Amino acid sequence: MKQVSNRKLGRNILTLSIIFILTLSTTIFAQDGDAEKGKSLFNTNCAACHSLDKKMTGPALRHIEQRLADDQGLGIEWIAAWIRNSSGVIKSGDAYANKIFDEYGGAAMTAFPQLSDEDISNILAYTAEESKAPAPVVGATGAVAGATSDSGISNKVILGALALLFALLAIALVLVRSTLNRFAEAKGVEIQETNRLPIWKAFVKNQFLVLVSVIFLLLASGYFLYGYMMQVGIDQGYQPVQPIHYSHKIHAGDNGIDCKYCHSSARVSKTSGIPSLNVCMNCHKSIYEVAETTATEEYSKEFYDGEIQKLYAAAGWSDADQKYTGETQPVKWVRIHNLPDFAYFNHSQHVTVGGIECQTCHGPVEEMEIVSQFAPLTMGWCINCHRDTNVKVEDNAYYTKIHEELSKKYGVDKLTAAQMGGLECGKCHY
Amino acid sequence: MSSNKKYWKSVEELNENSSIVETLQQNEFVKEIPTDEFLGNKNSLESSKTTRRDFLKYVGFSTAAASLAACEGPVIKSIPYVVQPEVIIPGVANYYATTIADGFDFASVLVKTREGRPIKIENNTMASATGGANARVNASVLGLYDSLRMQGPVKGEGYVSWEDLNSEVSLKLTELSASGKQIVLLTQTFASPSTSRLIGDFKQKFGNVNHVVYDAISESESLDAFEAKYNERGLANYDFSKAEVIVSVGADFLSDWQGGGFDSGYAVGRIPAKGKMSRHIQFESNMSLTGANADKRVPLTPSQQKLVLAKLYSEVVGGSVSVDLPAHILEAVSKAASQLKSAGSKGVAVTGIQDMNAQTVVLEINEYLNSKAFDASTPIKTRQGSDKAVNTLIADMNAGKVGAIIMSGVNPLYTLPNASAFAEGLAQTDLSVTFSLKADETSTQTQYIAAAPHYLESWGDVEIKKGHFALMQPTIRPLFDTMQFQDALLVWTGNDISYHDYIKQTWNDSILGSTSFSQALHDGVFVKGTTSVGGSNTVSTETVETSSSVLKEKKDRTLVGGIIHDAAVGVGIKDEDKDEYVTSTSSSTTTTTGNLSGVSVATGISAAKALIGSATSEGMELTLYSKVGMGDGQQANNPWLQEFPDPITRTTWDNYLTVSKADAEALGLKNEHVANGGLDGSYANVTVNGVTVENVPVIIQPGQAKGSVGLSFGYGRKAGLKNEMKTGVNAYVLYQDFNTVQNVSVAAASGMHEFASVQLHNTLMGRGDIIRETTLEIFNTKEQSAWNAVPVVSLNHVETPVTSPDVDLWDEFDRSIGHHFNLSVDLNACTGCGACVIACHAENNVPVVGKEEVRKSRDMHWLRIDRYYSSEDTFAGDNTKKDDTKGLAIIDALEEMESAAANPQVAFQPVMCQHCNHAPCETVCPVAATSHGRQGQNHMAYNRCVGTRYCANNCPYKVRRFNWFLYNENDEFDYYMNDDLGRMVLNPDVVVRSRGVMEKCSMCIQKTQKTILDAKRDGREIKDGEFQTACSSACGNGAMVFGDINDKESKVAKLLVDNRMYHLLEHVGTKPNVQYHTKVRNTTEA
Repeated sequence: MKQVSNRKLGRNILTLSIIFILTLSTTIFAQDGDAEKGKSLFNTNCAACHSLDKKMTGPALRHIEQRLADDQGLGIEWIAAWIRNSSGVIKSGDAYANKIFDEYGGAAMTAFPQLSDEDISNILAYTAEESKAPAPVVGATGAVAGATSDSGISNKVILGALALLFALLAIALVLVRSTLNRFAEAKGVEIQETNRLPIWKAFVKNQFLVLVSVIFLLLASGYFLYGYMMQVGIDQGYQPVQPIHYSHKIHAGDNGIDCKYCHSSARVSKTSGIPSLNVCMNCHKSIYEVAETTATEEYSKEFYDGEIQKLYAAAGWSDADQKYTGETQPVKWVRIHNLPDFAYFNHSQHVTVGGIECQTCHGPVEEMEIVSQFAPLTMGWCINCHRDTNVKVEDNAYYTKIHEELSKKYGVDKLTAAQMGGLECGKCHY
Repeated sequence: MSSNKKYWKSVEELNENSSIVETLQQNEFVKEIPTDEFLGNKNSLESSKTTRRDFLKYVGFSTAAASLAACEGPVIKSIPYVVQPEVIIPGVANYYATTIADGFDFASVLVKTREGRPIKIENNTMASATGGANARVNASVLGLYDSLRMQGPVKGEGYVSWEDLNSEVSLKLTELSASGKQIVLLTQTFASPSTSRLIGDFKQKFGNVNHVVYDAISESESLDAFEAKYNERGLANYDFSKAEVIVSVGADFLSDWQGGGFDSGYAVGRIPAKGKMSRHIQFESNMSLTGANADKRVPLTPSQQKLVLAKLYSEVVGGSVSVDLPAHILEAVSKAASQLKSAGSKGVAVTGIQDMNAQTVVLEINEYLNSKAFDASTPIKTRQGSDKAVNTLIADMNAGKVGAIIMSGVNPLYTLPNASAFAEGLAQTDLSVTFSLKADETSTQTQYIAAAPHYLESWGDVEIKKGHFALMQPTIRPLFDTMQFQDALLVWTGNDISYHDYIKQTWNDSILGSTSFSQALHDGVFVKGTTSVGGSNTVSTETVETSSSVLKEKKDRTLVGGIIHDAAVGVGIKDEDKDEYVTSTSSSTTTTTGNLSGVSVATGISAAKALIGSATSEGMELTLYSKVGMGDGQQANNPWLQEFPDPITRTTWDNYLTVSKADAEALGLKNEHVANGGLDGSYANVTVNGVTVENVPVIIQPGQAKGSVGLSFGYGRKAGLKNEMKTGVNAYVLYQDFNTVQNVSVAAASGMHEFASVQLHNTLMGRGDIIRETTLEIFNTKEQSAWNAVPVVSLNHVETPVTSPDVDLWDEFDRSIGHHFNLSVDLNACTGCGACVIACHAENNVPVVGKEEVRKSRDMHWLRIDRYYSSEDTFAGDNTKKDDTKGLAIIDALEEMESAAANPQVAFQPVMCQHCNHAPCETVCPVAATSHGRQGQNHMAYNRCVGTRYCANNCPYKVRRFNWFLYNENDEFDYYMNDDLGRMVLNPDVVVRSRGVMEKCSMCIQKTQKTILDAKRDGREIKDGEFQTACSSACGNGAMVFGDINDKESKVAKLLVDNRMYHLLEHVGTKPNVQYHTKVRNTTEA
């Protein structure tokens, strides 16, 4: 533990220093712009179509001011004019403006007349920042790998040492006994050989003991056999490898996306639905890579970016051209929660009507890097919940009458799903 | 108790000496199960190498191996959409309004889709033009997933691309058009304004185009009669709810007569209200569904029907005719006539005789009566075929005049009696293209099979009745590389818009008025005249009372002006479209102009006299009909329909010759029941004009008129269907001159046919009182106890009603809180149509088991419609009958009484799980797999069931079904659950049962639970009518009502206290949650 926290400290220092250096360097390049303000302005106004290093709907913007000045001889005035009214610039017959306009499919950039000169220079300051080098992170990952393997070894060493100790003790015991025997022999002490039956023979002779142990054995094996048999077909903890490494932790956990944003049919349908790829592309059209901070010890940024590329291939999105190619490869996800055909389960009943959190059955999905089956999904598990859970009858006109009558019948205020008839066979089996 | 009537399910039961009936009442099986065959053979048992010990070893080993193998769970993949369509939420059903128009069935329906797959057909309650979806329409969704569908266009042996096909065909058409040869479009009745316009375009482009409309089962004579009288090709519309007296001469109007869909209106009038209900008199030869529902049914031969109709005319309208009919029939006719006359505008007459004179006579009678149920101003458009045009076409083809023939929705090589002549003609054409779902009899003989989409994948529009339009929209992306006929026509005419846009154009230009196309598409139906105001529409919106006078005016105008199409009545269709129908039928109209010029009465009487002249017969008379389950045979590859028991004969997987008992005896034809309860029938050879159909299985049909036989269309298909479905014989070869009545000679052939009839399954075990019925007179005049008494049981020697808690073996549970479901079945409104049976199949994933299994009583129908025959063969009944019969008729009457089977009364009773509050099945289940819910449903947990079948044995209603085999993914049962395509129709909310478990009606608990959940989610109370089962929502007749009896305002709660209400086998004390309503017959004679 100590090692780990030390290393973290080291990384923090490293990051801080990098930021410090970068901050220094930016101040050198853009004399009168605030890159921090520029970043927030960029994210609000520009990021939907522009990236710093990558061609998206519009061109990449890193060092745009310098590049324009160097290549085209265009100054900040031209840029400001373009940003505030690009179509005006195009109409004015400006050669470069028309070239860009044609290159990007004749789609004029949204005009931003509200941006002040200061805003623009702030944005330009942000675009003038150097890209961050990911190198330190890689180094850190290596260090961590070392650390974890160390602790693994130390555990084994302790265990090994203990085993060695016990072995030595046993050997010592045997040696002591033989030495003592030798002493006795030497001193002429006669060790009386008790004609005792070997213990196993004594055991066999004692019929009561045999009976008890047989019963015990049978019971034990019965218990374990039953336990094993009852596990058949129960896939609690089932965690298959998916064709695309989709991290619920990143999406639902770190970014706090609501489950039902993607699994929207859970609200109205019996199935929660695996989101279609167009839902993914709503965001991933502009999120083509993960942030540095998203990468973990186990999964690097390259790995995650590669998975996003898999999504693009499946959805038929050409990131380079920023358009759909039309060649799609539907993703064959491995289904984790498999109810048998003879059990009818309806998500909307539980999610919309019952108001039950997804996590109740699916576990802390927002913490799962790879999703696994949380609940056993057995009938006993369903039934238990139906016995314990009160039906959400408030503000639902459907329940008004039935709730009133049933409350009177059972003499309770809250009704469980079971009291509503939720244990009847035909409610789930038809 | 309610009556002294004796009910019977099969002719066998009437035979007092029948050992089978005796044994069936005592035993489960007629004969001992032949266990000795395999246990009694000592030699083979001893010589067997497998010892008992070995056997146990193998069993032990395989059990252990199987359980070990089960320990590892499979990896299940889930594949979400890449781009999820906005309207689709996995797990939530979408409904689309569309229309089926396959040339035989026309109905506005709602299609339930799950995750983009249509899985069920429901009624479109906004549609007024058609009745509810019938059994075939309900089953049509399975046709979409038919594994034998054409997967792409075919030329000769191999697949071609649509581009190639289209360019080759267009090129050829242009060539032929230049050469002056005929280009023929041979199609089903589309009744589509857009298709008519499109065919007009096609004619303009290619010149010498002849559009022939062909209905497999023709209504040509009726159309001609209507056209002659009203100058419009269509069929008179009937609303039987407005009729108090219905006289039908050979019209099976509850089935497919003149397009069908009349049963909902009929059922309205059948429910006794304020002491009144309609009176229905049926004269017919086959025992039809309609005859089975009639208050009075007179069996007579087809030639006698003509005489009856002529006589009826003379008695109602006037004029004198002399007919040679047996006295009892004559009496029946005059009584019917006097009832019709006294009913006046509330009477209606219909006929199914395929004769223009007969149809004219009926139109005249209804006009004379000024019948409110008769409506000539909004004619039905769903039959437009012309026999003469088809005959001319065949002649032209054989004369080499036809260059190209393009067919859509027809299968003439199967449905034509002279198919060989058509085939020869077809060979002489230069270009032949068939738009077809299957490689069927016709399409395999043409140069190109243009793979057509199913109607659930197509766009279309239909004018079902004049002014009543419906839209067809795709509910799924085309499963295969298909193109619909209309889209191809657009391509060939060089139009580059899709048929969808073309329809939109047509509708916006000439149909919709101010309504938006999207709204019409959403509703699926559009009635012209409700929104648009204009002189041209007044006729269609006139009330019925004035319609006849308006029509008379119109006729006069037509005669004076000499214009065939009066613009004032043309609704929706452009003149050029109408011309096309006229050109195709021009030859027929010329012959009828004579009738037009005459005064009404004279026309009628001359037609009646002509009718008498044509009523000749020699030998037996055959009436060809369409079965409720199979229709014209388009859906022969639909296992649901094959296994659908015919309402009358209760026979599945077959068609057969129905013969009267007397004729059967004379011809040496037999029916007998064998050990396992299966029915065997003799074979017969049926010959018409030298054409013989050999080995037609025979069923002795109670109520079949002596001297007549019946045979249904739709069977005997040879191509485009699985081997299992190649059942029955093809009756179309006997359909000469498109006449459903033929003179035949019937000869017994050797051998016995094994039927799969569910008729004698699950016998009543000697219990009567299942059906309760009474007459309207008793119903109106006597106390409920006289005709619907609550059964009593003896308690301390005191007769106590079985409903009393004192005689209850059980403690009553409190069911007053929450929902308590009840299903009500009105035996008066139920016509036995069977739409509910198929709807139940579709909703609940009921498997198809096949003919062999059905024969072994292993049918899986959760809902069956029992059919009971009864006759007044009690002493009291016979005496009254004898006393009431006057004159010479007594001879016939006595003759009739000799055999109860001659003319039985029929009652239909849908039976499903009764959901007994005190269920006998629940107490005997050793594993508690079946239990009772508080909402009244009897639950069945399949995964808990171990298959002891105690419950089925203890069920007094015999509604439990056992899965003897695994019916899905099993090559032995290659119906629809054996391929991925067929399984797409399965309802994902209902589990597919496996081998060894018991199953039964769940009262559609998945639907009631969904309704409850929807209400909970919206936070509202549930209104009456929201709760539905598959059967109750499929029932267009209002016979089945489902709901919550704890909601005292609900319809079903009110029905529970209705005085007609009774429970099945009430004296058993099971307290069922299914109510039945006593059948009331209107036996009032004139």
